Amino acid sequence: MCLSIPGKLIEKSEADGILLGKVQFGGIVKGVCMDLLPEANVGEYVLVHVGYAITQIDAAEARQNYEYMEMAGMLEGELAGFPDDARPPKIDSEKIPHSGEAMPRDGESS
Amino acid sequence: MKYLDEYRDERLFRTQLARLQQIAKHPWVLMEVCGGQTHTLVRYGIDELLPAGMEMVHGPGCPVCVTPVEIIDKAIALAERPETILVSYGDMMRVPGSKTDLLHVKALGGDVRMVYSPMDSIKIARENPTREVVFFGVGFETTAPANAMVAWQAKRLGLKNLSLLSSHVLVPPAVEMLLSSPSNRVQGLIAPGHVCAIMGTSEYEYLVNKYKVPIVIGGFEPVDLMEAIVMLAAQLEEGRAELENQYSRSVREDGNKKAQELIAEVFEVCDRKWRGLGEAPKSGMRLSEAYREFDAEIRFNLTDIKVDEPKECISALILQGLAKPKQCSAFGTRCTPESPLGAPMVSNEGACAAYYLYRRHSGEADEEAVSSGEGA
Amino acid sequence: MSTPEITSLACPLPLPVKSHVVMGHGSGGKLSAELMRDIFLPAFGNPVLNELNDQASFTLAAGRVAFSTDSYVVKPLFFPGGGIGELAVYGTVNDLAVGGAEPQYLSAAFILEEGLPLETLRKVVEQMAAAARHAGVSIVTGDTKVVEKGSGDQLFITTAGIGVIPEGVNLGPMNVRAGDRILLSGPIGEHGVTILAQREGLQVGGDLKSDTAPLTELCRAVRKAAPGLRTMRDLTRGGLSSALNEIAASARVGMAVEERSIPVAEAVRGVCELFGLDPMYVANEGKMIAIVAPEDAEAALNAMRSVEAGAQSQAIGTVTATRPGRVVMRTSFGTDRIVEMLSGDQLPRIC
Repeated sequence: MCLSIPGKLIEKSEADGILLGKVQFGGIVKGVCMDLLPEANVGEYVLVHVGYAITQIDAAEARQNYEYMEMAGMLEGELAGFPDDARPPKIDSEKIPHSGEAMPRDGESS
Repeated sequence: MKYLDEYRDERLFRTQLARLQQIAKHPWVLMEVCGGQTHTLVRYGIDELLPAGMEMVHGPGCPVCVTPVEIIDKAIALAERPETILVSYGDMMRVPGSKTDLLHVKALGGDVRMVYSPMDSIKIARENPTREVVFFGVGFETTAPANAMVAWQAKRLGLKNLSLLSSHVLVPPAVEMLLSSPSNRVQGLIAPGHVCAIMGTSEYEYLVNKYKVPIVIGGFEPVDLMEAIVMLAAQLEEGRAELENQYSRSVREDGNKKAQELIAEVFEVCDRKWRGLGEAPKSGMRLSEAYREFDAEIRFNLTDIKVDEPKECISALILQGLAKPKQCSAFGTRCTPESPLGAPMVSNEGACAAYYLYRRHSGEADEEAVSSGEGA
Repeated sequence: MSTPEITSLACPLPLPVKSHVVMGHGSGGKLSAELMRDIFLPAFGNPVLNELNDQASFTLAAGRVAFSTDSYVVKPLFFPGGGIGELAVYGTVNDLAVGGAEPQYLSAAFILEEGLPLETLRKVVEQMAAAARHAGVSIVTGDTKVVEKGSGDQLFITTAGIGVIPEGVNLGPMNVRAGDRILLSGPIGEHGVTILAQREGLQVGGDLKSDTAPLTELCRAVRKAAPGLRTMRDLTRGGLSSALNEIAASARVGMAVEERSIPVAEAVRGVCELFGLDPMYVANEGKMIAIVAPEDAEAALNAMRSVEAGAQSQAIGTVTATRPGRVVMRTSFGTDRIVEMLSGDQLPRIC
């Protein structure tokens, strides 16, 4: 239900009494309506549903949650070892990021 | 894509799964309420990775699936009128009414326009001042504010030729109906994150307190869902029943106030029929008194259309989590995505369609085909 | 009462129509001839067509002949990366090439809607001519009909093509065996997503365009590098899923593919996420799959990558003896899911 996709708000404008925004999703930019989320700022990530931005993504919460999952996973792994059936078919150890790099960087965010 | 890829990361997913295997000692029965969550679970085969005995029951959270045949027939009746343009989300185009669907009506000359956003209906109404434009607005709380915007803008702009055929349903009453049912098996719930992004979390707090069932507000990506399952299992194992928010990056306690205000202005709560579940009190929304003039059912006098659901379809049991799609005698034979008996087979998110698309091989003798093929 | 001016009594001569297609352009009369002279001949002109006979006549090299036809309807007519003209040429050329043929001659039939700007037609025809040169084929015969305004959507094209299959080449699903490898010529979904993005008014970065391209050189390269080439298929409507399912069904084999090995460009993913589409089902116009014997897989892949149209080729999976007719995808999580043929068009969804 309610397919909503996160994208980066890159522009805000107003036309005909309607707040508009441009949101970048991967390699594309889509015009959206910002009337339900007038407080969002350019540069923030927003969730878009049927052409409307409905909520901001809280970058700090996301990072905290992500780091928690990383840490909990590591602890679990160290204490108990990986159960065999939970082991992925191929683990590429080089792909595991350093702890300071928990959040993959967004290529377009610079 | 940021905020998607991280939550589809296999390694992080595996660490959550390992946590679950450490924590879960009992065969818990959990329900993901939302169809989007069902889609992810089935697409990635996540439910098949759960510890033995744990089970995911697929909830009623697909607006396409629960929209009653009656409303589909009303949309079809509107689309067949020469003076109207029916504007619809793509999702509703193939949902069968009692006799036909919107794609066929379109093929026979009905003016049906498929749009991605309700905003497009305003544009269409302005471009066609001599035609009646009806927006077919379905959805849960997530979609309600965007749909409400159609009526709100129509009023503001004085668009006399735009109206709304609305079928809005609310998640908490449906969940309450399931939890209060004597046949309920569900011990923990993943609440729909995008609904909560609009409505906030208080309605679920109430359900937790009343039914003493743990609820975790969850996201939609594999890592989100696995973490939500871990959180539910932890609560159940520890004997807790609390409301927790796994999807904290998008869901605030208060939700989206602006959207809530718009819903409250344009809509009012009403009793609503759910396909598969029947009529549930105060489980839906209709246009409020101030916006009644934009109600297509009244404008076009459609209130007489009444339809019963097909008998063979067990979508009621499916949507309540009392049966799995494959237990239906019509599954994959008389009921397929090409000719669906009921909505769960139509919508991409419907439990039956998800099983049909991704799972039809289950139960076949040669489960190991992929690995043996790769070894060749 | 004033005397009427003499000139106002004269019978008006019909204006020569220079700007838009009118019914007369399909009449076979003078206007048809003008269309031929002004638009088709300057673009397509070649010794066979220039004869202007009711049929094209030519001599083919000895051997088996491949023959294919396809109709082209697309909205909008022009899009980033190409237009209906390229599709009409490359689509038919590719159907021949994946059969192992060297495409040579095409026919082109046009159905024009009354009122179509002649400039639009000219642009389409010039695209076709450039595409034909690029693909090394000649357009040697054709036809034009005009339908009344409202009876068509601007312009429809049907092309048919003939190619010669070199001796010893005999491709087809009947050759496919368990253990064969499945090779894909590059990232999927670009054409379908480009069209959708145009219709939805999305701003798309420079990297998203239709992949429309001729596959002749690519097919030739695989054919020459891999004696164990079993069959090839171009990916068009229905996407990678349809191509895999069709081969699985006619060869009565299973297909096991790895999700993570299937390349999808970032912009394609973006559009697919936004509209709830699965790139496996999105249309392509310049991609193909080749199924090759395992011992030839590496040589075939290298040959594909050496050609521009196949620079991003990947090995995506294996043919299996089990589950005949089924395509099974190993997800990035190590679980399996069935990849079904789509029952209808994939519709954008909100939920």
